Amino acid sequence: MKSTLKQWLMVATLLATMTVQAESLLITHGSVHIGDESAATVQDIYIEDGVIEAVSADLSALTADRIIDAGGRPVTPALFAGITALGLSEIGMVYEAVDSRLNELYTGLMHPEFDVRAAYNPHSSVVPITRVEGYGYTLLVAAPGDRTLSGQGSLVRFDGGFDSFEGDTSLFVNVDGYSGNKIGGSRAAHWMLLNSAFAELSVADDDLTLISARGKAALKSARRDGIFVFRANRASDILQTLAFVKEHELRAVISGAQEAWLVKEALAGTGVPVMINALDNLPGSFDALGARLDNAALLNEAGVTLLFTSGETHNARKLRQVAGSAVANGLPHGVAMAAMTSLPAEIFGGQPRMIAPGLRADLVIWSGDPLDVNAAADQVIIDGRLDSMKSRQTQLLERYLPSETGLGRAYINP
Amino acid sequence: MERILPFLAGLLACLALKAYAEAFPSTYQAPTGPPILLQNATVLTGDGQRLDNASVYLADGKVAWVGKGDVAAHARVVDATDQWVTPGLIDVHSHLGVYPSPGVAAHSDGNEATAPVTAEVWAEHSVWPQDPGFTRALAGGVTALQILPGSANLFGGRGVTLKNVPSISYQGMKFPDAPYGLKMACGENPKRVYGGRNQAPSTRMGNVAAYRSAWIRAQRYQADWDRYNEAVTDAAAAAEGDSSGASVASALLTNTPPRRNLELDTLAGALRGDILVHMHCYRADEMLTILDMAEEFGYRVGTFHHGVEAYKVADELASNGVCGALWADWWGFKIEAYDGIQENIALVDRPEGGCAIVHSDSDEGIQRLNQEAAKAMLRGNRAGLDIPPERAIRWITSNAAKSLGIDDQTGSLAAGKMADVVLWNQDPFSVYAKPLQVYIDGVLRFELGNPALNPQSDFELGQLLGATQ
Repeated sequence: MKSTLKQWLMVATLLATMTVQAESLLITHGSVHIGDESAATVQDIYIEDGVIEAVSADLSALTADRIIDAGGRPVTPALFAGITALGLSEIGMVYEAVDSRLNELYTGLMHPEFDVRAAYNPHSSVVPITRVEGYGYTLLVAAPGDRTLSGQGSLVRFDGGFDSFEGDTSLFVNVDGYSGNKIGGSRAAHWMLLNSAFAELSVADDDLTLISARGKAALKSARRDGIFVFRANRASDILQTLAFVKEHELRAVISGAQEAWLVKEALAGTGVPVMINALDNLPGSFDALGARLDNAALLNEAGVTLLFTSGETHNARKLRQVAGSAVANGLPHGVAMAAMTSLPAEIFGGQPRMIAPGLRADLVIWSGDPLDVNAAADQVIIDGRLDSMKSRQTQLLERYLPSETGLGRAYINP
Repeated sequence: MERILPFLAGLLACLALKAYAEAFPSTYQAPTGPPILLQNATVLTGDGQRLDNASVYLADGKVAWVGKGDVAAHARVVDATDQWVTPGLIDVHSHLGVYPSPGVAAHSDGNEATAPVTAEVWAEHSVWPQDPGFTRALAGGVTALQILPGSANLFGGRGVTLKNVPSISYQGMKFPDAPYGLKMACGENPKRVYGGRNQAPSTRMGNVAAYRSAWIRAQRYQADWDRYNEAVTDAAAAAEGDSSGASVASALLTNTPPRRNLELDTLAGALRGDILVHMHCYRADEMLTILDMAEEFGYRVGTFHHGVEAYKVADELASNGVCGALWADWWGFKIEAYDGIQENIALVDRPEGGCAIVHSDSDEGIQRLNQEAAKAMLRGNRAGLDIPPERAIRWITSNAAKSLGIDDQTGSLAAGKMADVVLWNQDPFSVYAKPLQVYIDGVLRFELGNPALNPQSDFELGQLLGATQ
């Protein structure tokens, strides 16, 4: 009874504050996953000017410019696409259209100030191709190049903006065996160089040898306000990373983490989150002899904070299959949902990605379980506005789906 | 002279036979097991049928019946209520064993990238049977797979079809009597690899010129053998008959066998249709060029692999009886993969006679061909095509078997076919679906959660024992 009264009061307040110009959207009967680990409940969502104003079991008294009956379908915050080069890589092997890594620079220095955000292009076809699949944001990667410190990126929101960056500067560091082999011939060389670079933070600018003065400033700033993303898979490398993180008082996450389950207590003890590809179950290298499908489940049971990343950019949309696979192998569904929605924003300092009053309305209505391969995004909503759900790929489909072609398919322009 | 005639005839027959003796034959033999009854399951037969609350009976390594029939008293009965049964899954495009895990440089055995035409190499000679990927694919329900050379070369070499059974040798895995495949490649890869070395081919037109030159050599080679074999037959007939010894000797002298050539053996086999052509090709226009070339030289393209633009020429593929072995959602990694759409498989499946296949080309994808098929089915249905599970399952069973030329033996649950069968915990078209049991030739080879039926490669044995637990 009490909650009904509360709802009515909320509705009454809303009605009173609504302005004629406001762009409003009402989603009814959604099976709403609010973005945490809790189970979905059937709710209505009222959105005005891009902001969620009310979430309640019955907002039928409200009118809106647009009303969508979700009919019991799942509604979630727009998903996180993982660590990607979305907007940095149009075609993988067309290198002049790829801007995610620093390579063959003449200086020989490490460049923590290398910032991929300067190269971000929201017009990349990959952005809408990913967005229409229910994804709302990603962590832009400075991909492993030929320096121990790969550079920096941050979260970016798929709202089409040229500078829709969010959150903390994320500094990418590669400490796996593959990189070790390329840089100094040993993973010990990474730690040697990293320790030396951090030691240069207290060296006068004129005496720097591994980083420039600007690099020093960038590294200092990242240590103070940013977050470090270490790529490591082998258990011993993960422990080495935890020790480094502790020594230099860094905020960090570990990506890859295929053998993380072997050191789960140490990870849980430090609170360092891991970002895994839950499909990794092969000893693809000697860094990953312990790769297994229940890595996520084991880490979660031990209290380690989990996120997902697939290593894909063009097929970043595959990430929900990755999360679903973790669930199929023992991870609670709610934990996977939080990892796919609100948790990355929280960890990397972005705007909150929850379905709650006062928060921005980046949402998705799904045809079924968002983590299953037999469901898809029916409607993406960014900033309270319905996405056109068009991409280069949907237009290619529209061109080739009809069987009558007339003058040819070049004349079918969707 | 009369005594020498039968000897000469025998010698001639011998020479003719020698050229086609079987090399590296299969040593695979299925152990015998008790008959199996999988009871009360939802059955997708692989050839388009769905049967609810049906049973499948496996006896003597074969599918005995689906639906109803006699059951031996000693049969093992599996209650499959709420579970699903499908044929064993088949991947027509795998590099397991030739690009194994761990992917160290010395394991990189999939591309003989030293010349653009290497039809003489056989993928099986690179297969490392201890690749842990085979066991993971088995856990994903894969019972047969074709291992192909890579796509660096125009003619990459022979592919081999394997039963997914653990063995010390590839011969112990080799699918008995399966035809060989010939791997060919269109487009970017060959021209990049050789053009990058300032060798031919460096362009797509260079690719086509080099294919045609090779086919011309193969035609000549085949003609030489045809002439020789004909002469041998004539001479043998003459020896049997009343001809003088002199003409037999002359026939022998003038019919020295052509010099055997491994490269041209394979190409000529493809021209004859004994070896099935598997053509890596992304772009629609290139597929049409290849179909014209096949017409020119009188051979058949069996399957286009990858074909991210296959949907643009789906009708042409269907009318030529060519399969498309495709991914559900890969695209964009190179410009010839730029136009990929998730409806590709469903659109290739659409025309009458369409032959769509979900392939993996991946040690991860091969573990979940059912999920890849689920994604493709979903996209087809959302585009308004009506694709039920019993139709989509063909993409990873019977159509794949057809592509490999083994559809008379496996790929569906028709009576008399090999008892290659997967029992699933639920509808397989879901991320939550898992094989509970995998049978190959009626033998239970994998069981979920049963350590005794989870094979492990030698490589993985004894790893991670160093750290104190």
